[in-house]
This record gives sequence, C-alpha cells and structure tokens, in this order.
Amino acid sequence: MDKFTELTAIAAPMPTENIDTDQIIPARFLKTIQRTGLGKNAFAAQRYDADGNENPDFVLNQEPYRHAEILITYDNLGCGSSREHAPWALLDFGIRCVIAPSFADIFFNNCFKNGILPIRLPREICDELMDDARQGSNSRLTVDLERQVIVRPNGETIAFDVDPFRRHMLLEGLDDIGQTMAHDAEITSFEHRPSRAWVPSITMGTSK
Amino acid sequence: MPVTNSPRTLFDKIWDDHVVERLEDGTCILYIDRHLVHEVTSPQAFEGLRMSGRRVRRPDATVAVVDHNVPTSDRSKPIEEPESRLQIETLEKNVAEFGVPYFPLRSASQGIVHVVGPEQGISLPGMTIVCGDSHTSTHGALGSLAFGIGTSEVEHVLATQTILQKPAKNMRVSVEGKVGPGVTAKDIMLAIIGRIGTAGGTGHVIEFAGSAIRDLDMAGRMTLCNMSIEAGARAGLVAPDETTFAYVKGRPFAPKGEAFEQACDYWRSLASDEGAYFDTEVTLAAEEIVPSITWGTSPQDVLPITGSVPSPSDEADPARAAQIQRALDYMGLEAGQTIAGTPVDVVFIGSCTNSRLEDLRAAADVVRGRHVAEGVRAMIVPGSGLVKHAAEAEGLDKVFLDAGFEWREAGCSMCLGMNPDRLTPGQRCASTSNRNFEGRQGPGGRTHLCSPAMAAAAAVTGRLCDVRELVKETV
Repeated sequence: MDKFTELTAIAAPMPTENIDTDQIIPARFLKTIQRTGLGKNAFAAQRYDADGNENPDFVLNQEPYRHAEILITYDNLGCGSSREHAPWALLDFGIRCVIAPSFADIFFNNCFKNGILPIRLPREICDELMDDARQGSNSRLTVDLERQVIVRPNGETIAFDVDPFRRHMLLEGLDDIGQTMAHDAEITSFEHRPSRAWVPSITMGTSK
Repeated sequence: MPVTNSPRTLFDKIWDDHVVERLEDGTCILYIDRHLVHEVTSPQAFEGLRMSGRRVRRPDATVAVVDHNVPTSDRSKPIEEPESRLQIETLEKNVAEFGVPYFPLRSASQGIVHVVGPEQGISLPGMTIVCGDSHTSTHGALGSLAFGIGTSEVEHVLATQTILQKPAKNMRVSVEGKVGPGVTAKDIMLAIIGRIGTAGGTGHVIEFAGSAIRDLDMAGRMTLCNMSIEAGARAGLVAPDETTFAYVKGRPFAPKGEAFEQACDYWRSLASDEGAYFDTEVTLAAEEIVPSITWGTSPQDVLPITGSVPSPSDEADPARAAQIQRALDYMGLEAGQTIAGTPVDVVFIGSCTNSRLEDLRAAADVVRGRHVAEGVRAMIVPGSGLVKHAAEAEGLDKVFLDAGFEWREAGCSMCLGMNPDRLTPGQRCASTSNRNFEGRQGPGGRTHLCSPAMAAAAAVTGRLCDVRELVKETV
C-alpha cells in the first residue's frame, strides 16, 4: 500500500447524500479478479450514457475535475455493499482522499486499507470546501496527515481527527496483516482456551 | 479478557469473549469463529496470500460457496459469461490450493452464502462470523456477531483468523405488541429503516428486541438482521432463545448430543443483562406497522402501501428536495401520487433477505388459485438447493408454476445485477431483495422493496397493491 503523508490536489464537489457503493462501481464490473483497472468504470451510470459516451454534466467528466484526487460529498458516503471494489475504483481513478460529514462503516474501513484517507468534517465545513473546489484548478486543497490539517486555498487551516493507529499505518504505508501476525502466540493461546471447546470444526466429510 | 460486574449487552458479551488482545489505542484483535467466502470478494485476497507466501490459518473455520455470479437457469450447461466463469473457476482453484471446504455449483446444498450458513449449522449462536459481503448481518438472527468486511479484511482473516476493530456502540430497537395480518418481518424492518434512516445505525450494532421480535420465526429474524446494514449498522442481533435452539438442533455442522446441550447453556447466558446500557434506544409499536413498500432509490424511502409518494416542495433543505426530485425522475413517479396501483413489469422473489422456505410459503399463500397478471414476468429464486428441494416436497413449485411464475435455481439472481438475471432500463420491479439503489437490479431498473406476500400480490394483480385486500378475499 502507498504511504499517505501530504497531498495537494484538485478536489471534486459532489453535493449528494447517500452515495452508495453500487453508484461508485456497479455490480456488473465486479467480475474482475484484480484490484486495478476499475477507474474507468467508477460512477459508470452517471459518467456515461447508454452508448458509452461521456455525460458532460457529470463533475468527473469536467475540467479540471478529471484530475481530481480529492472527493467532497454529503452524508453517509459509501453506504450499501461492502465491495472493496469501490475504493479500488476511486484509487484507480486517482482519488486519494474523501471528505464527507459521515461515512458508512465498511467503506470507511476499506478506504484506509487502500491508502485512501477518509476525513469526517461537519456539513458547514464540507460546504466551504466545496465552494473552494468549485473555483477549479487554481484552487487546490492540501491535506496534511502528519499535522492533521486541511489547508484551504486562502491559507486557512481546518483540523481533522483520525484514529492514531490508522494514521500510523497510512503514514508508514504498512500492511496490517504483518502487524497482526506478530501476535501469533496470543492468537494460538486464545484458540486453546477451554471455554472455546464447544466451537465445532468444519470438515467436509460430514456433509454432502 | 476484562470481565466486569456491570450489566452487559448481548453484543458486549460476544465481543468480550472474542477479544484476543486489546492494543494501546483501544483497537482489538478480535477472533473470528466462521469465515464465509464467495467468488466475488475473495480472488484478490487469495492472490494476496499467495504473493506473500501465507496460508489459510483455519481452513476448518472457513467455508466457500458460489452465489453472486451463478446463472439461476439450467445448471447442466457451462456458464456463458466468460468473466463470471473465470471468477468461479478462480474460487475453485483457490479452495483446492488452500484446503478450504466448499459447496460447488453442482452440490445439492449450494445457495446464497447467507442462506447456506445458518441452514447447515455452520453459523451458530455466540459466534463471530464474517464474510466479504455486507449482508453477513443476516447471521445475527442466531445471536451471533456477524458483519460484512472488505477484501483486504478477507485476506487478514484468512491469514490470521482475526480482525482489527474497535467495539461498536449499542443500539436497541424494540418492537412491542402483535403485528396485524399481512405484516411480516420485512415490513417491520422497512418501518425501522424508514424511522431511523440509512445512516441511523452507523457505528452501532442493533439488538432487535420486544415481543414482536420474539414472536418471529428464524426466517423472519434473518430478514430483519439482513437489512441492518440498510440502516447503516455494523450488525444486527437477536438474543438466542428456544426458537433459535430448535432451529439449530440437528443441523449438519451444529454440535450434537451433550455438546449441543452444553452449547445451549452458554448461548442462554448471552442475553443482554437487565439494566445493560444502550447508547441509543428506539421503540416501535407493532400494531402501527402496515405492509410497506419503498418508493425511491434508498431503503429509507419507505411508505405504507396505503401512502403517497413525497413531494420535493414539502422539503425545506434544498439538497434533500433535489434528491427527492432525482429519485422521482429515476423511478418514473409523480410527486404526491398514491403508490398503490403503480403497474409493475417484473416480480422478483428471492435474495438473502427473503428466499427461505417460510418466505416461499408466504408468497404461495397469496398466489394459490390465482395467475400472474398479463405482461408481468414473475420469478421465484429459492435461497439454496435445500430450500428448493423442501419447497418442491410441499408442492410449492407447482403452485408457482401453475400460476405462471418461473421456478429457478438458487443464487443471488436479480438482487444485484451481476448474473444474467437483470432488469432492463425503465423496467419496474416489486422485489423482495434489500436495495433499491439506482441500477442495483440492472442499469435503469426501478426497484420497489417489499415482502414476499406483497411481491406475490403485485405479481397476480400486475400492480403494487395492499396484500391485505387479497388475503381478505381468500378468507
């Protein structure tokens, strides 16, 4: 996973609530066995018409937002399906940071696992940042994870919260499986607790 | 593990019993008892294991099944769509390489992962259960802590049999009283989502309680917990009780004999203690819930079937008004129109929400002696091969076939539009599935979520309608 330290980039405004993961990447594109290549179909239903032509009204088809690396939305971003294809599609499009008043839990989690920083900020602040974003290519936002601030084009800074463990993993670009495997002895000891004796093992000989 | 004397909730107890280690910042390494795997969200996880030379830590706690991609028509033919075929073949290669137990397409027990888990006794009370699928919340009906995870977490669980998480907040949704005729678990859940909204449960695990919940059979409890994710919750739970134990007893992978009795003693101890603290409490009166239907493109867009579609002009927040207008446009509905009477093109009875034997019986009760309306395509997709077999043993297949329904093979089918069963643009569907998002059942498709009985009523009348009127006629 790529590190996330500081990002200065174009932000795309999407002033919509409840953007679900089916919108971010429709199910028909989930047939891949890879993590990459989904960016071209991110937001497919809104981005393309029935013939596959770009819809000029959709923000990510407009300049400079085709090059956006930050997405700003309203409440409950990423609700619905747990598909990690949603953050993969965003990442493959070029998005490294998503900002919203609230997120669905699984999507929020999936972002961190892929080097995308999700930031929760109050709706009024999201509105201010959307106003910044609407000013186009000269209006970049800087997201500084080390200092936990967003720097607006006017120089004003907005502080944000992030879970310390997840911040550390992002700043270092760490794989959490390796970290957990370092606790192998504790996991093994847990598995041998007498209170767990009731949990059956699954072997396929016992069923058809 | 820290055991305190203060009263604990069902969620607290299951959580505490699975904490391997609490890290400095409060993140827990949580042990996972059951990991269910399907073809869509696992290929990249197995590939990750392979690239880093890791193995599956507990193949004997892992079960794989194919469901999302599979055609629900004739199974004797090879799968036509090459990408679907590749995904299924990839799963088969992975389960063979890593030694994971697997229900293949040809197995009589194949079906939707959230139907198969409980049906086989793989999912049991008191367990932690994960799957790379948001509807894993279904298994919470057994009194297990079950939640959906992403593919990176699938890989984490395969490698370590644990997950990294902080405890959720506790929410209790109590439904007290008795529901009226024609009101099912689906209507209760749609009413709950309509009340708390699709983000109402964010950060919480919901325990469903109250007399109306206790009265539900296991299929109904699964419907309820299944859609917890549609309320934004991490998981849904119902405390295990005698209904649960009677369901679990004798299932292929459940404990047997004395081991079963001992397990029941443990499961009984899990119920929330008197005075346990819930961060959020919501109460509904069962008598006030009527057969429900969604009108828009979010599961919170719920109406009683007797109701009218909202109007953007009733909404003060301009962003919300714009979203109502957009939903109306997408759904092809007029502001303020009554929802009953809207003609449908397709009826889909199936999905991990409503494809169990009890669901099919409820639909058959409405269909018996009637015929699918002209011009309507109506399909029944049983949740598993075993459900299909059991329904046929009762003659339900005949009821549906005689009425002009399609009687299909088990799979996710038209719930999510990634197999051949899809809506075409503009088609309107009464569906027993769980999501009415734009394009969910196929690009441009229009979904109205409802119970199996309501969907059956739509099939035979050709319109969204109040099932109570049909049932009245029958009585």
